[in-house]
Amino acid sequence: MGSRASTLLRDEELEEIKKETGFSHSQITRLYSRFTSLDKGENGTLSREDFQRIPELAINPLGDRIINAFFPEGEDQVNFRGFMRTLAHFRPIEDNEKSKDMNGPEPLNSRSNKLHFAFRLYDLDKDDKISRDELLQVLRMMVGVNISDEQLGSIADRTIQEADQDGDSAISFTEFVKVLEKVDVEQKMSIRFLH
Amino acid sequence: MLRAALPLLMLPLAAARAAEEPTQEPGVPGESPPGLALFRWQWHEVEAPYLVALWILVASLAKIVFHLSRKVTSLVPESCLLILLGLVLGGIVLAVAKKAEYQLEPGTFFLFLLPPIVLDSGYFMPSRLFFDNLGAILTYAVVGTLWNAFTTGAALWGLQQAGLVASRVQAGLLDFLLFGSLISAVDPVAVLAVFEEVHVNETLFIIVFGESLLNDAVTVVLYKVVKSHLPGIRKEETVWVEKWGLGKAHPGILVLDLKPGDHGRAPPSLSARQQYCQPRKGLGQGHADNPTPPPASLFVVSLGGAAVGLVFAFLLALTTRFTKRVRIIEPLLVFLLAYAAYLTAEMASLSAILAVTMCGLGCKKYVEANISHKSRTAVKYTMKTLASCAETVIFMLLGISAVDSSKWAWDSGLVLGTLIFILFFRALGVVLQTWVLNQFRLVPLDKIDQVVMSYGGLRGAVAFALVILLDRTKVPAKDYFVATTIVVVFFTVIVQGLTIKPLVKWLKVKRSEHHKPTLNQELHEHTFDHILAAVEDVVGHHGYHYWRDRWEQFDKKYLSQLLMRRSAYRIRDQIWDVYYRLNIRDAISFVDQGGHVLSSTGLTLPSMPSRNSVAETSVTNLLRESGSGACLDLQVIDTVRSGRDREDAAMHHLLSGGLYKPRRRYKASCSHHFISEDAQERQDKEVFQQNMKRRLESFKSTKHNICLTKNKPRPHKAGHKKKDGMASVEAINKKPRDLGFQDTAAVILTVESEEEEESNSSETEKEDDEGIIFVARATSEVLQEGKISGSLELCPSPRVIPPSPTCAEKELPWKSGHGDLAVYVSSETTKIVPVDMQMGWNQSISSLESLASPPCTQDPTLTRLPPRQLDVDEPPALLDLSSDPRPTFAFPPSLAKAGRSRSESSADIPQQQELQPLMGHKDRTHLSPGTANSHWCIHFNRGGRL
Repeated sequence: MGSRASTLLRDEELEEIKKETGFSHSQITRLYSRFTSLDKGENGTLSREDFQRIPELAINPLGDRIINAFFPEGEDQVNFRGFMRTLAHFRPIEDNEKSKDMNGPEPLNSRSNKLHFAFRLYDLDKDDKISRDELLQVLRMMVGVNISDEQLGSIADRTIQEADQDGDSAISFTEFVKVLEKVDVEQKMSIRFLH
Repeated sequence: MLRAALPLLMLPLAAARAAEEPTQEPGVPGESPPGLALFRWQWHEVEAPYLVALWILVASLAKIVFHLSRKVTSLVPESCLLILLGLVLGGIVLAVAKKAEYQLEPGTFFLFLLPPIVLDSGYFMPSRLFFDNLGAILTYAVVGTLWNAFTTGAALWGLQQAGLVASRVQAGLLDFLLFGSLISAVDPVAVLAVFEEVHVNETLFIIVFGESLLNDAVTVVLYKVVKSHLPGIRKEETVWVEKWGLGKAHPGILVLDLKPGDHGRAPPSLSARQQYCQPRKGLGQGHADNPTPPPASLFVVSLGGAAVGLVFAFLLALTTRFTKRVRIIEPLLVFLLAYAAYLTAEMASLSAILAVTMCGLGCKKYVEANISHKSRTAVKYTMKTLASCAETVIFMLLGISAVDSSKWAWDSGLVLGTLIFILFFRALGVVLQTWVLNQFRLVPLDKIDQVVMSYGGLRGAVAFALVILLDRTKVPAKDYFVATTIVVVFFTVIVQGLTIKPLVKWLKVKRSEHHKPTLNQELHEHTFDHILAAVEDVVGHHGYHYWRDRWEQFDKKYLSQLLMRRSAYRIRDQIWDVYYRLNIRDAISFVDQGGHVLSSTGLTLPSMPSRNSVAETSVTNLLRESGSGACLDLQVIDTVRSGRDREDAAMHHLLSGGLYKPRRRYKASCSHHFISEDAQERQDKEVFQQNMKRRLESFKSTKHNICLTKNKPRPHKAGHKKKDGMASVEAINKKPRDLGFQDTAAVILTVESEEEEESNSSETEKEDDEGIIFVARATSEVLQEGKISGSLELCPSPRVIPPSPTCAEKELPWKSGHGDLAVYVSSETTKIVPVDMQMGWNQSISSLESLASPPCTQDPTLTRLPPRQLDVDEPPALLDLSSDPRPTFAFPPSLAKAGRSRSESSADIPQQQELQPLMGHKDRTHLSPGTANSHWCIHFNRGGRL
């Protein structure tokens, strides 16, 4: 699989991805082989079924939403670039990057972008706000069947209350960031990709 | 009750003493004495087994007594209580009999008491976790043990040089090294006993536990090596010692454990271990002809032991493949072969613990596939029982043995020094190794883990048994060592066992004190964890991914075919192991959606109450676990002050109690005391259910005329047969492709109630033998014939995630030529549906869902389910292959009618209601355990074949 992968991934593409996402050469190759192994249709793109075929995602409460996050707006197929772009959010922030001054575009795995990723998972209608309903939906997904809807509703209300600062009964991105300022997002939203 | 046990104990003692007095045989031998007694006291004949049984009985009674008090058991780990009990009993025995009667005999220990525990651990070890962390485990086991041994030994020797150890302890450096090697090994029994009380995360558990198992080989080799260095060895040995010490290239004349001057002194019946410490006959390992330098011998011992275990695992798997007709011997086979592995390794002086562990690990997958459900249950229960029993006896005997003061001699310096050193050096070792390991690990081990690991390195009975085995002539300080070992073992088990739980709690609380989580944080942190778990799964991120893939391919191609029963093999696919845990509740819940129809007519679906009841247990389970998730919770509650805070706390409590735990935080359940259903499994089921529901809904939402909403009878399109209220069916239809419906029309649900081919979930309790497996298959062939409903065709391709279920589709081994796509959702009715309603329920489902298309022919291997049109009169055959079709199977025709004329669902319901009891009755008899396999497949036809 390794040899096949490298022949199918052109060098210039690899370079572009490297620049855009910050992954190393070997990481990209490895992820490409993973991509191809997921791609059952062998057409160079992944569809939703390909993701759903991963069994662990079916038992992950947020599985479907995360699958959605891979697909750009309105599309049903994601190519390798898109795949990598999404995964880039989860690259750990290296120390030397932290100190780099933000001249260029913000790297995909910055804290802000990581939070944005999570925010987008909540915010289905893309209005940059997490409304009570959206929060309820997420809560319902993440919580067992033993908690009733009313209890969930009150939890949602309290959650919004805690975070809401401008009084619009919804959590905007800035409020979201503020609430999570003490949380070590960099560590929680990073996976170590083997070199 | 304890008091009641005591007289019981006195009895054999009194009897034993009485029996020792010479019995007077009056008159002629053979003639019964005058005044014939009605019964004679034949104590001698039953003495040994009686005593064994009695001890075990006492231990069990003690356990009952302990568990009467919840408070005590929550504070004190059972092992402590058992040791204390042992002490008490030992004191009593001593007082009564004036000599210590019952001891922990090394022979008994190694041959009878240790194997069940190790087998149990090996069998139920989560193998994936084990292999994921194998690097860490090996490091700790090998490097850690060596480090501990050498440093402890050296430090003790230094202590002696410094004069802190009384000079009557005649021990040289080597003696101390020997002692160090046997005291440094972490003990699996003790670790298990204590860790199951403390809920640590599974990685930690597996590392410590794995270490305790694997260090057996290291201990054995170390022990032997050091022993061979002891003064008084022959010249040849010194030559070897020199070689090793100076690195001379001598053609290694290594004689391990050989004392030629002592030929004939060793009774041949001693085990290899015993022979380590006693002079042996000439032959045996380490004979001059077979030199093995220590590092190689480490490999030989460990790999050899593992190889023995694997060989037996292979044999076991192979034999269980053919036990279809002799089900009753299956549990026996498992135990016998595993025990044989242990004994064989012991015989060959290899690491027996490793052998059994590998045997359990290796055979589990195939054995579980091959043996019947009941055998599985039997194996599980028996193993747990034996292990628990053995553990109890061990601890008790430890306590008793400690009382015998003739065996030990006290030296304070030695004892104190040992205690301090083992703690200190272990901690140091752990820290160093963790630092090194963290460079390579994906998930680093943090400080708390390290603390738990170092504190949780308990010594136990193995060390004690080894020290008893020492030869006093070679090791003059044996008595002091024995005393020290006793103290160390007691200390670790009692003190460390008692305090580790509060320590962990305190640390976790401390860690989480840094930021008191707001509701937001808690929620979002959970979200992050889930996201991370999902992305990791997408990336396929499990460390040794490549090798695991390769292994799985090899396994699939060769091993599974060889070792698993053919029918089982076809179903076994790794991807489905996930779905194996799911049960019919999925289907039921889907039925619920559309099935409010049914309930509205008064037919109470068994799903409702059962769902609640399961939900309740899940709450209690979730809340009972005092795992890391709930710890935060505890702390929050503790600091409740104001009303607002209380409300906050209540919500936290609710939330954290209810939140699904992300993948990494699951607790491994390797408990000897509770065989509880894994909460994770339940969670998986629930989540899966909801995911499928959601997918279905999103799919539904793009359809127009498919009424899959609640409380609405499904409209029935003329001309094609749809199931009523079969949202579930829709879900189970599971379109493999999102866009075209070209290849999905018919879905065949195969309900298979076959003993063998059901899902296994070794942790769950099953009262019944039934397992139900739903297979939904879409056959393109059928579809082409059929007509897709107009409404379906009109539907635009869904933008949202269609309910295509999955993985199993393409991965399944039996992809037939015309592109069958099959999905398995395995289920077990027993857990949710009360048994008596079970079959009825299944029938009703099938009746509901079957589109008047009679079930297809029975097919023992699901692969060959032909999507062909069947005669309505055939279904009886399906339900009971072995028996003749019964007259009551007239239902299918009515069923068919019901299916066909489904304009109003209400019409069906009465029929259903009729059907249900009918079928219930039928199938109860039919599907009583032990009967032949039967299948029914229910043919759902979206395309309206019928």
